[in-house]
Amino acid sequence: MIAVTARYFAAFRDKAGHDTETLRTQARTAGELYAEIAAAHGFADTMTRCKVAVNDEFADWNTQLEDGDTVLFFPPVAGG
Amino acid sequence: MSFKISSHPLDPNRLKDQLSADAAGACACFEGWVRDHNEGEAVRALEYEAHEDLAVKEGEKILAEAIEKFGLHAAAAEHRTGRLEIGDCAVWVGVASSHRDAAFLGCRFIIDELKSRLPIWKKEHYVDGQSGWINCVTGKAEAPE
Repeated sequence: MIAVTARYFAAFRDKAGHDTETLRTQARTAGELYAEIAAAHGFADTMTRCKVAVNDEFADWNTQLEDGDTVLFFPPVAGG
Repeated sequence: MSFKISSHPLDPNRLKDQLSADAAGACACFEGWVRDHNEGEAVRALEYEAHEDLAVKEGEKILAEAIEKFGLHAAAAEHRTGRLEIGDCAVWVGVASSHRDAAFLGCRFIIDELKSRLPIWKKEHYVDGQSGWINCVTGKAEAPE
């Protein structure tokens, strides 16, 4: 188990009901963590349409997580 | 080359000043405005949220790609956050190049990439009082809140 901080934006934050939470998880990658939190909060978007950042840098879904990481979950973007 | 996120109104005339270059014979600018409708819904206002640090990093990357790809002399863009009313400028893109083809193409490339890559989200507020986050794939609001 590792402890990570998850941060949510826009529609994800509204669905989760908060913008930050600390999680103890068995997830080894950002993608495995997304699967966990998507199930917990009812996020319906597939990973290919969302983006993830680990410690304030855009990352791949297969990025390995380490204890103390901060993982940012971005729902489908809509600028412009 | 400059990309900015701003919570204050954009002034396209002032923003254009940063593009001037003696080698440039063409300038193309794009303004994205808040319109009063989307997908059959009457829109009253918009609200943009951004992850500013990552949006600026990605925006600067897009400008650098455009300069390289189209041989531009200058490229700049700015995107709003916060609440915007109908007619407000939500995003501005400007480029300068030797000839018009590169200017049109470069400007188009930048706005398309900004829309698909920046961590920015748009919430529409409707005339009927409801609101919803816009899904960039469908262009429609998710289940209204």
